[in-house]
Amino acid sequence: MDHFPTNWGRPRNDAFDAYGTYPIHQRPQNTPKDKFSDGVQRTQQPIVTGTSVLAIKYKDGIMMSADNLASYGSLARFKDIQRLHPVGNNTVIGASGDMSDFQYIQTLLNEIIIDEFTSQDGHSLGPAEIHEYLSQVLYARRSNMNPLWNSLLVGGVRDGKSFLAYVDLLGTTYSASTIATGYGAYIAQPLLRDAVEGREDTLTEEQAADILENCMRVLYYRDARSLDKYQIAKVTEAGVIISESKHLKSSWSFAEGIRGYGAQIQ
Amino acid sequence: MFRNTYDSDNTVFSPQGRLHQVEYALEAVKQGSAAVGLRSKTHAVLLALKRSTGELASYQQKMFRIDDHVGIAIAGLTSDARVLSNFMRQQAMSSKMVFNRPIPVNRLVSSIADKAQVNTQEYGRRPYGVGFLVIGQDKGGPHLYEFSPSGNSYEYYAMSIGARSQSAKTYLEKHYESFADCTLEDLVRHGLHALRETLQQDKELNVNNTSIGIVGPKSPHEKVETPGGSFRILENDSVEPFLQTMIAKESADAPAPAPALSTGDEDVQMSE
Amino acid sequence: MPAMVSSMSQQPTQQAFNPYTENGGTILAIAGADFSVIAGDTRQSEGYSIQTRYAPKVFKLTDKAVLAVNGFAADGNMFVKKVRQRLEWYRHAHAKDMPIRAIARLIQTMLYARRFFPYYVYNILGGIEEDGTGAVYSFDPVGSYEREACRAAGAAQALVQPFLDNQIYFKNQTPAPGSSFPKHLPLTSVLPLVIDSFTSATERHIEVGDGLEIYVVLAKNSTALQSLQSLRGAQEVTTTADGERVFVIRRDLKKD
Repeated sequence: MDHFPTNWGRPRNDAFDAYGTYPIHQRPQNTPKDKFSDGVQRTQQPIVTGTSVLAIKYKDGIMMSADNLASYGSLARFKDIQRLHPVGNNTVIGASGDMSDFQYIQTLLNEIIIDEFTSQDGHSLGPAEIHEYLSQVLYARRSNMNPLWNSLLVGGVRDGKSFLAYVDLLGTTYSASTIATGYGAYIAQPLLRDAVEGREDTLTEEQAADILENCMRVLYYRDARSLDKYQIAKVTEAGVIISESKHLKSSWSFAEGIRGYGAQIQ
Repeated sequence: MFRNTYDSDNTVFSPQGRLHQVEYALEAVKQGSAAVGLRSKTHAVLLALKRSTGELASYQQKMFRIDDHVGIAIAGLTSDARVLSNFMRQQAMSSKMVFNRPIPVNRLVSSIADKAQVNTQEYGRRPYGVGFLVIGQDKGGPHLYEFSPSGNSYEYYAMSIGARSQSAKTYLEKHYESFADCTLEDLVRHGLHALRETLQQDKELNVNNTSIGIVGPKSPHEKVETPGGSFRILENDSVEPFLQTMIAKESADAPAPAPALSTGDEDVQMSE
Repeated sequence: MPAMVSSMSQQPTQQAFNPYTENGGTILAIAGADFSVIAGDTRQSEGYSIQTRYAPKVFKLTDKAVLAVNGFAADGNMFVKKVRQRLEWYRHAHAKDMPIRAIARLIQTMLYARRFFPYYVYNILGGIEEDGTGAVYSFDPVGSYEREACRAAGAAQALVQPFLDNQIYFKNQTPAPGSSFPKHLPLTSVLPLVIDSFTSATERHIEVGDGLEIYVVLAKNSTALQSLQSLRGAQEVTTTADGERVFVIRRDLKKD
């Protein structure tokens, strides 16, 4: 029998019950929650996955792109998934990795944005705050050996300053003027650095969109888990705009001429 | 002496619709020595009168740093203040941990106001016996708030709490319109003049009994530069240059103080 | 994922989630008689990929203590955050900064508290002791620590530490007859050693490069002040007056 009344219902915790004034009977919970807790398995691998997300800084802010595919292993399972998500008025996040974990992250972000909005005091969360929050969530989950299996990019503009940063399932973070997740880190990132580094303050919107389109095309040619349907998000001082899905023009006729691979006979 | 029929539990309304325990708690604030707060476009300052119980005793601490951008002055039960300021520090730190953002000052004040409100409603509790003046800066610039045990919090241009704070309030009400464009030195001087009004007849402000808390850019009178104009408490010798700027009472543009309502510190009067 | 059969238990096992990674880079610190130098490169990498060219690994804790953190970057950043939080509570309670030997013990306690799920980071703490001497404390990931005159850690530790042993401790050198080696080197000798250590490590180790951040902590009235003020781009980051002083020096390293 647990004789501490506060443990009967919801135990008091400063983290989510800051105003509770009942005394805290905080004791370590040594017993397992129930008979089945040993049988519970935590995420060991992503299931329905999104591939690379790319993002760059340009003259007016941040531009980010991701295709519309959510794969189930090698199966192109969902072909109209949006992987770019606006958060508040100044921020966009892009997700690769497990799509259900991403949707859970969206609900988390929705909650804090609503909390912020309901305060109605003129304060709001910018990209840096949202990135910090996500880092804390993802790091805490990895520390509980129950990761949210994503690599996320967070981009935005606030007070004339653009912000672009990365966070992944381990809680690893960094920021740079060009970032790519997943396969894009190997294929697109060198192209992005070549096109953007040193030109962050001069690249126009058209140029930035061209750079991203080019990289998305290269990825579509090389990444077997990618799709030729993608979206571009731009965040400027004016706010977040996520484009309609765009179609990548690609040509596969060169494949006919390739010799030396596969089953074809000279 | 304050005995009422409806004052033994704070969750019970009197027939007049009052919560007597809460009102007594407000009296506890009036027992504490005075604190004054003022705000300009660039700064917010606190000034407080420290008491000592005698020649051999040290002066009671009246100001607490909550975070780089927030500080408080208290009047009332110091022990209750420590509990609340500790809670404020936790809130401030949690905001830094989770969002890497200095907590907006109004949210910090609301958080303790909400906590105090619970104590006015739940069975078997007592209200906090302490009031705060909170100064801080955030995206909205410098701020001054008052927190009281009733669970109320308001933002002010200038405010005073504690014993004889009505005299200080009278001074502030007369001058507050000029505060917005004041320099830090003028703001502090107004604050000292207001605080002086709360003194007993034969007492005066000195380096031992005066604390000054500031947020905003550094004054030439200060030796140390704090990064970003973050909250600092001036005490002892650091207060001296500000005390020097005070204008003697006779020549100050403030009217001669109204005759004290009562003698000594027992100026708390309940009208029942 | 194919179930693997463990030969030991004959039980099927599964590839478990690995909560750690390595983010490369190198840090080092050298203590002088009345100063301390703490440095780190700014590259953050994972595998063969450079994630960013600027991710600081050296953090000012107080005006007399600087902490360099190397290993798993997420753990490192969180650890620094937690240390800072503890220092803030100390400031609230005592209205002063925690002395460096106390910070060192605090770090040991915090690291050991996670003995069975360690912060995968090597810490080097540099600064000024209460007696005004320069100090370097180095830690392993679970909290073993000691005070030293110099220490390198991280990806290029194996390249840098022998160099420092030779140049700071004069290992494998014999003094000229009738003379002895100095116990402490002046800042004017230490800074070039630091810079050379990193340019060399950049040449020979792929995870080191991009940028170099050198923090210099000076004791009150340190004689090293003059040499620092004449130095190109030494930027002061001290927050309090008439105490120890902290400077940062930034240099580029090769980005390839």
